[in-house]
Amino acid sequence: MATVKPDPSNGGTVGAASGSPAGPAVPAPRDRGRPGRGDGGRGSMTSAITAAGLRKSFGGKVVLDGIDLEVGAGTTFSLLGPNGAGKTTTVQIMSTLVQADGGEVRVAGHDVARDPAAVRAAIGVTGQFSAVDNLLTGEENLLLMADLHHLDRAEGRRRAAGLLDKFDLADAASKTAATYSGGMRRRLDLAMTLIGDPRIIFLDEPTTGLDPRSRRMMWQIIRKLVAGGVTIFLTTQQLDEADELADQVAVLDHGKVVAAGSPEELKRSIPGAHVRLHFAGITGLDAAERALGGAFRHDDTLTLEVPSDGGAVAVRELLNRLGDTAAEVDEVSVHTPDLDDVFFALTGRPTAATTPELENAR
Amino acid sequence: MTTLTFAVQDSATMTRRSLRHVLRYPVTLVVSVAVPVLLLLLFVGVFGALKAGLGAGSHVSYIDYVVPGIIVMTAGYGSSVTAQSVNRDSTEGIIGRFRTMAISPASVLNGHVASALARTLVSVALVIGIAIGLGFRPTADAGRWLAAAGLTALLVLALTWLAVPFGLAAKTAEGLTGFILIVQLLPFISSAFVPPDQMSGPVRWFAAHQPFTPVIDTLRGLLTGTPADGSALAAVAWCAGLALAGYLWARVLFRRNLNR
Repeated sequence: MATVKPDPSNGGTVGAASGSPAGPAVPAPRDRGRPGRGDGGRGSMTSAITAAGLRKSFGGKVVLDGIDLEVGAGTTFSLLGPNGAGKTTTVQIMSTLVQADGGEVRVAGHDVARDPAAVRAAIGVTGQFSAVDNLLTGEENLLLMADLHHLDRAEGRRRAAGLLDKFDLADAASKTAATYSGGMRRRLDLAMTLIGDPRIIFLDEPTTGLDPRSRRMMWQIIRKLVAGGVTIFLTTQQLDEADELADQVAVLDHGKVVAAGSPEELKRSIPGAHVRLHFAGITGLDAAERALGGAFRHDDTLTLEVPSDGGAVAVRELLNRLGDTAAEVDEVSVHTPDLDDVFFALTGRPTAATTPELENAR
Repeated sequence: MTTLTFAVQDSATMTRRSLRHVLRYPVTLVVSVAVPVLLLLLFVGVFGALKAGLGAGSHVSYIDYVVPGIIVMTAGYGSSVTAQSVNRDSTEGIIGRFRTMAISPASVLNGHVASALARTLVSVALVIGIAIGLGFRPTADAGRWLAAAGLTALLVLALTWLAVPFGLAAKTAEGLTGFILIVQLLPFISSAFVPPDQMSGPVRWFAAHQPFTPVIDTLRGLLTGTPADGSALAAVAWCAGLALAGYLWARVLFRRNLNR
């Protein structure tokens, strides 16, 4: 079973902020005097979320079939999969909404089954469908959350005003949420999640149905949160989103993790990288094909696709081999598979067929 | 602070939230007063002439006979509003949000019940005020008024706790139709508008034994001094039983996993 291990060398810009094992990646003082609040952050916690052998069936239908995951504190983890793969169920179990049939899940150091209250105190959840109160205004929604977090009135107002500003909702603060656009509702939803200053945030398909601008805005917000030390557990069916945001990705299909690693590792794990050579004329194309062998030619576009890892050494060697021939290369481009290719390679076929291939690849 | 303090504080927050909904959309309150008043006018207008048919209560005018039933209908209408508002919370996903927060789980439903109680009692008070304006002449002293208010509150509590699980269980607003029909139509087959002994066969048996009849008879006895034939005990027992059943069912539904 695939397991994602937090890899400090692979965290990109985020890893620099969170990779230090010396202390928990917690930005602000957390102790609100609530039971369970704060104690999870005391020890040196490097994993924000762990799941081992997680299983769940609904009415005889297996939704999660033994999932192992590990999410490093302060990193962004993306669970990728098609509809019905079990992403939402995973989030529901981790956020204490649903009980697992088997396996163990720890969030912020607490077992979700044994100590759900402590887990709830540490997390924030923004689901697939906006969970805002449509009959209240944006500001009232935020103040409601502040009251439920037992913030004092002044502090609640201060945080609500700050979030309205930050999320570009200040102008609409006194309008009821029912009048908001999809993007505004999603931002309000996330703002409501943030008012309690959670260390771990679950985002279940946070940009589904949003227009490109709202989507980019959401991505920016998420990046800022991670920069502030928050751990993000993100589900998505959009590959570019995982590629854009995640340090680690796990691909879920039919209730199983069929691939896991950094986006780069996943892309390397499947074949499909190639160098594309464009020629000025058909004679060059012919000569190059003879010289290289094993390449795919496209007469109509005068291009040759040569399988390659796309690295600088390989490309130089390729061009050297062509230098000895009459083939004159017009243009060279390197193509690496994107997560879309990974996704289709892994989930386009039945799980049984993809799993062995993946194990070979790793 | 203790868990209990948080439970009370969270319940108060949730109650404020629900009351804010009522104040933001006062039309709900207006309709929940207007519908019973309209029924009152209708029945007094249509059956007011049938004074002689009231049997034991014939010395009272028809409006005096009918107002206790209208009070019960107001409570029934109020509970259908509650079911809708619980259902909206549950289908729009905000209950899911509340359940992932470190708040007292009971507070979500407590807030609905407390605000429903306040909203419905205000409706009842307004309906009684309008009824007095239309000629309703209660003979009750302060003690009997207090007892009537207590029984009404108990009835509203019972109907509200019944409304909550129906609201949680229904997957769409249409799924509430059954509950709404029952609470709004059941009073018609009771002692609300016609004494059951003037009905025939199975309808009479049903009207005499259904829960609204002892409540209406007791309220009528308290407000207008008609003999209530010991119906008070049955009224309180029905209300307490229904409230408990609704509460337990709601608790099961709320604690149950979202396994659907």
